Formats: sequence, C-alpha cells, structure tokens
Amino acid sequence: MNYKRLVKRTEFYVAMIIIAFCILVQVRSGQFFTGNNIVDLLRSMTIPTMFCVGEMMVLISGGVDCSFPAIASLSMYFVCTKMDGMFANPLPYFLVAMLLGMCMGAVNGFIVAKFKFPPMIVTLGTSSLFLGIMQGILGSSEYPLTKALHKLGSGKLLTAVNPKSGLTSDLPIHFAFMIILIVLAWLLLNKTMLGRAIYAVGGDEVAAKRAGFHVFGTRMFIFCLSGALAGFIGVCRSSMMLTVSPNNMIGMEMDVIAACVLGGVSLVGGRGSIVGAVLGTALMTIVSNSLILLGVSTQWSRVFTGIIIIGGTAVSAIQEQRRKKKLFVAVSAQPEV
Amino acid sequence: MSENIIKITGVKKYFGGVKALDGVDLVIKKGEVHCLAGENGCGKSTIINVISGFYTPDAGTIEIDGKEYSKLTTQQALDAGVQVIYQDLSVFPNLTVRENLALNMEVASGRKFVSKRRFHDIALQALSKIEFKVDLDEMVENLTVADKQLIAISRALLNNARLIIMDEPTTAITHKEVENLFKVIRDLQNQGIAVLFVSHKLDEVFEIAEHFTIFRSGKNVFSGKTEELDEQKFTYYMTGRDIREESFRYVAKPGAKTVLEVKDLSLANGFANCSFSLKEGEILGITGLLGSGRTELAEAIFGYHKAETGEILIDGKNVVIRSVKDGIANGIGYVPPERNVQGLFMDQSIADNISVTGWEEHSNALGFANEKSITELVDHWVQELSIKVNDTKDNMRTLSGGNAQKCVLAKWLSLDLKVLILNGPTVGVDIGAKYDIYRLTKKLAENGLAVIIISDDVREILANCNRVMVMKQGRLVAEHKTSELDEASLSALAIKY
Repeated sequence: MNYKRLVKRTEFYVAMIIIAFCILVQVRSGQFFTGNNIVDLLRSMTIPTMFCVGEMMVLISGGVDCSFPAIASLSMYFVCTKMDGMFANPLPYFLVAMLLGMCMGAVNGFIVAKFKFPPMIVTLGTSSLFLGIMQGILGSSEYPLTKALHKLGSGKLLTAVNPKSGLTSDLPIHFAFMIILIVLAWLLLNKTMLGRAIYAVGGDEVAAKRAGFHVFGTRMFIFCLSGALAGFIGVCRSSMMLTVSPNNMIGMEMDVIAACVLGGVSLVGGRGSIVGAVLGTALMTIVSNSLILLGVSTQWSRVFTGIIIIGGTAVSAIQEQRRKKKLFVAVSAQPEV
Repeated sequence: MSENIIKITGVKKYFGGVKALDGVDLVIKKGEVHCLAGENGCGKSTIINVISGFYTPDAGTIEIDGKEYSKLTTQQALDAGVQVIYQDLSVFPNLTVRENLALNMEVASGRKFVSKRRFHDIALQALSKIEFKVDLDEMVENLTVADKQLIAISRALLNNARLIIMDEPTTAITHKEVENLFKVIRDLQNQGIAVLFVSHKLDEVFEIAEHFTIFRSGKNVFSGKTEELDEQKFTYYMTGRDIREESFRYVAKPGAKTVLEVKDLSLANGFANCSFSLKEGEILGITGLLGSGRTELAEAIFGYHKAETGEILIDGKNVVIRSVKDGIANGIGYVPPERNVQGLFMDQSIADNISVTGWEEHSNALGFANEKSITELVDHWVQELSIKVNDTKDNMRTLSGGNAQKCVLAKWLSLDLKVLILNGPTVGVDIGAKYDIYRLTKKLAENGLAVIIISDDVREILANCNRVMVMKQGRLVAEHKTSELDEASLSALAIKY
C-alpha cells in the first residue's frame, strides 16, 4: 500500500489520535508508559476487542448484531451453572457455550436473511428474548465460578510492576485468545473467498448475487459466527472476572458498535478492517482508562466516551458528505467563441 | 452452426394480467451491433431477462447459436456466452479493481481461498481484452462511471462472451467516454462478439448500430437495417404517434422585466464566468454534454452549491444565495434530474410530497399544520396538473414516472416562484405525461414564470424554449434563438462544442 492511500484511511487518523493522546497523558502524568499501565490497558481491552472483531464482521456484511451481549450472557450463564464442576478441563465449557451461541445466532441470521427484516430490530428483539430466558427460566443471579474456569482465569501471561509505586498488573491468558482471534478473523476476511463474500454482500447485495455468491448462506454464516464468538467471549469474561455475574455485559453493544464506527467500519456495510476495529476499541479504552492519570474524575469517563464517539463519527460523516458534493467538471481554461 | 448468435421467435411473457412481451421476435447475427429501442415499459428489460435465462417465457422459442432451449437457465445462457452488463453495472464499490475483475470468475470456479497472484493474473487477462489501463489497487468507488463500465465489460469478456447485452450504457457517461465505449464495441465486433445495445438516444444508436429492433408495448414494430430508418420514422415507431409540436413562440409582454440575471458566476470544478439573463415568461434551454457543468450551474443558482465569484440578481437586486433555503426564499425552484432520489420522499404520501415545501405557510404560530388548507392545496394541484391518483394519501411509489414528475412540479408551483429550473424534466417519463409537462410548462411561462430547461434532448429544447444556450467544459459557449435553429443545426451545435 502506498503512502497516499494510507493517509486517506480512517485507521491512519485513529492511530494518530491514539499516539497524540498517549503522549499527552505521558507528558501530563509521566505514568502512561509504565509497565503496569500498559498491561492494565491491554487487560481492559481484551474483552471489548474480541466483541468488536465479531461485530465488525457483521457490520461489513451489511448487518448489525445488537444481541451479542445477551447471547454471551445466556451461553456463559448456562454452561457455568448447569455444567458446574462437570469437567476439570475448561475446553468443554467454551465449546458448549459456542454451540449455544451459534444456535442463537442462527435464529438471528435466519430471520434477517430469510425475511429480510432490519437486523437492528431483529437482534434487539432476540436480545430481549435471550435475556428473558436467562432471567426468567434460569433465574439468573451471581454464582461462584466453576473450578476449571477459575483455574484458567487465575493464570497469567506476565506480571508488570511499577518500579515507583510498586503496583502490579497481570496480563491474563485471555489476551492470547484475543490475539489468536484477531489473526483468525484477519485470515478469514482477507484470505478466503468467504471473507470476500462478506465484503461483496455488504457492498452490493444484488451484484453479489449476480456474481454467484451465496447471499443467504453468507448472512447465515456471519450471524452464526457472531453468536458462537459471543458464547466464547462470554465464558472468557466470566473466567477473567473470576465470578459468574450474568448482568454485567448488558449494554456493551453500543460501545462496541461505536468503537467499530470509530475505526472506520461502515454502518451500511462493505467497509471496515480488523486494524480499524482494534484501533477503535483501543482509542475508547485508552481514553476512558487514562482520564484518572490526567486528573479527571472517573465519573466523567462516560462524558469523554460520548465526545469521542460523536467527534469520531462526525469526522467520517463530514468526509462522506464532502465526497458526495464534490464537483468533477473539467472547466476549460479559456472561453472559446 | 448458425449465422445467428441468438434467435427469438414469438416470445410471450405475462406478469399477472400484464403482457410484458406479447409475441416478440429478435434475431442477432454473430458479430453484429444490434440496437434494441423502445419507450419505457415496452418490454426491453423483460427480453434481456429472458435472454439471460432469468425469466422463463410463457410461450415462444429461444435459439442460441442454432441450439434451441426450451427452458433456458442462467447457467446455460452463461455457458452459451451471453453476458449482460446491467445499467447498475453490478460492480462492488468497496472492493479494488483487481478483486472486481477476478471475483466472479473465482466464485464460478468454486475457489475457497484468495490468491493475490491468481487474482492479479485474471485481472490482467480481463484488461488486456479491451486494452484498458487502470490502477488495480484502486477502490472501484473512486472511479468514474465510464471506468466502472469498462470494468464490467472486461469482466464479462473473461467468460468467452459471444453476445454482450448492454442496458442503457450511455446514460451516465460523457460524450468523450461514449466515443471510447464505441471504440471498444467496434473492437469487440472485430473479435466476432455480437453486442446488443439497448438505448433510445437517437444520435448514438444511429452511429453505432447496424441493425435495429424496436419494441412498443411488448410487440415488435420494426426490425431492419439502420439505413432503412431516419429520425422521424424512429420516433414514430417508438411512440406510435406522429408528433409534431408547435415550437414555443415567446412574445414579450409590454414591460416584461428581467427576472434573473447571472453575472460572471464561477465555481471551481463546476463552471466559469457564466453570464446570462432571463425575462418574465421566457423559457430558456441549456444543453450540453453530461459533465459540461450545466447541472452544477443550475444547482448553484438554486443554492445547493455556493458559487465562488460572480453575482446573481433577482428582479434587478443583488441577492446572496448560500443555501437551498436562500434559493427558495428568492423564488427559485429546482426540479432535479434524479427525482426519485432528490425530488421526492418515495415512502411518504402523495399529499405530503406535494405540500412539503409549503408547510411553513400552512401552519399556525405553534407550528401545527392546518390540515384543511393543506388538503385544499393538494387537491387543487392534483386537479390542475391532472395527476392520476387513487387517493392522495397513497404512497408516492404507487405513481408512474410521469405522474411523479407532476408531483415534483406541483410541489414547486404551490410556492410563489419567480424562476423554475427543470433539469431533465422528461427523463423516464412516458410520452403522454411528457406532453402534459410541456403544455404545463408553456402555460406557466405564459403566466409570467421564467423557466430554465436543462436537457439533452434536442427536440425537447426546440419544442419548448425560445432561447437556447450551449455549455461546454463549464462555460457558456453559444446562445441562439430557437426560431433560428432546427434539429439538425442544434444537434450539430451541441456536438460541435
């Protein structure tokens, strides 16, 4: 990719803003580039980034999934309570949660792809439905985490110590899961024809059909994948938190969608990249986590998140408007009569 | 082996009770450039869908290269070398040129993984067929319509095409680009590939086509060589009417004032140093090629773009038009070329569409609309313009092109306008409604409105305008009274510049 194309991309600007913000915090507090702060940031990014990667793929295909926190919560709650203590290995918990999530995603996908209902409304509806099942039928409440997952959650990749304050931070194993997920998603989107199909369907559904892509299948796949990922991430989240709290993922969908849009993912489909999604999440996490280092009370963090979302989307909206209003007439230099 | 690439005999296709095709024939010889013409709704797109295997005809036979197909499938059509270049081009705006060229082929061969090298080879192979040079890494959305078209053509050629159907390929490209497209078509012809060119732009089809088939209301009305046709006959076959319009004679009323005066107006990448004036009751035509700046000039007068230098005078007073709101406040109305997108709210009711520009006037101090006066207003215009509606509460989509265009007009007429700019007022409008619109425009002018008509259609300009200006490359290059011109001389003017 040449330099000119690079600077045109949203991802480039988000990266610049992140760097500028990091430098600002470092200058003001001297605490940004410390081991424990960086590890803290990476830790808080882990779950949102994974959600963001899933959501990004749905958005690229021209859909949107608002139900992933509900899917994640329900799958996680089911495996953690109904399968409590059944296995010493964490793997079965992940697999069953992914299977459950995939089934819930399939419900979304089928309604959206078959009946062509607006995906936002469909997934808001199913979201409510899944949460209702969790709260009503399973009677959700706080629950101790099963042993196998607790063991996984207590493990760490590394520990960073701040030499001055002596504070330590652990990087959880889940960070490695996040990296693997990013790599796999990148391979899927860029190196497989299925990935190209996701972009093609999101770019122009009719053209995709005429080109021979399986539009229904692609949409089904993408919602099933989103569901399965949600199940996986739900279990990750509870094992990272070392407790089963069924309600603490609810409401994450808006921040995740906003992070995607910040990273240049289009809400109408066809556009977006893994790098963008990761940078978008990074920006939101860094801003809300670093306010305290700037001496701003954490109570203000939602305000700043809001400003970042509106500001970030405004920039790309304005770019789009300019592009549309751009004139192309080749005006002759001299009048000729 | 047959000398015909395709032979269609007695094909019928019904949709419910509607006869889209009522026993049509179409024969295209190998390597021939064939023009299919006809008004909107004559069955042109239906026959394309029949040839591409998308629709199964209710009766009749389809022969491709001498082989008869009872039920032609899309796959059979593709295998036989039939490729359709749709009007929307079916390209992916969000993917690169390379991917656009290679994807269809890769999907067809059932590939599971992306190989950049293979994509690259396919793309180069496609481009080599028409000697088209383009940056393979560019996103297709950043290309001009003409380049997108060439991508669609080169992509189609990959599949050993023997018949390429182009559905209205010249509607959105400039004159120069049309020339280039024709060069490509002739080149295809030399390779033995037949082209079915669907269009009703007179000058173009006469230039490129060797053979004509004209449809009207789902029936063949003409099939023969280009030499057998002239413009008069062509129009007659298309419309079924011998239309000779009295041209518009402008008689200056005593004391008619200059309503609009434009002085030295310029906008970068739009137009430069445009000056003209317009009197009460005049109908001024502006013609010129697509991309000559005519739309940009109109939009700047209306306030959609802001002119950078120059002056606009309304009734002799200098006015500043920075936004559409300013334009409307100064009594300027604008009917855009893509009325479905820019001029109408397609999912709202007919009544709301007609009354929308007047809502402020028909509401009380609290901003509540006065339902009764709005209903009166709507009914008045529906009657005045003879808009055919069942119920004004119906959705806008229920109306035909002609009636929809009348609604756009009604919307503006319900305001107190001084200048009305019509940009391509009869594109996609059937012939009956077309003449209603002409009649209405003349009536408005007689009542003192100053009208500007922007059009490609030489006949439309001559029949409706008393003066015409030609634009080229953003500049006004000629101005004539229409009484001094005829179709041939105005066509010559438009092409010369």
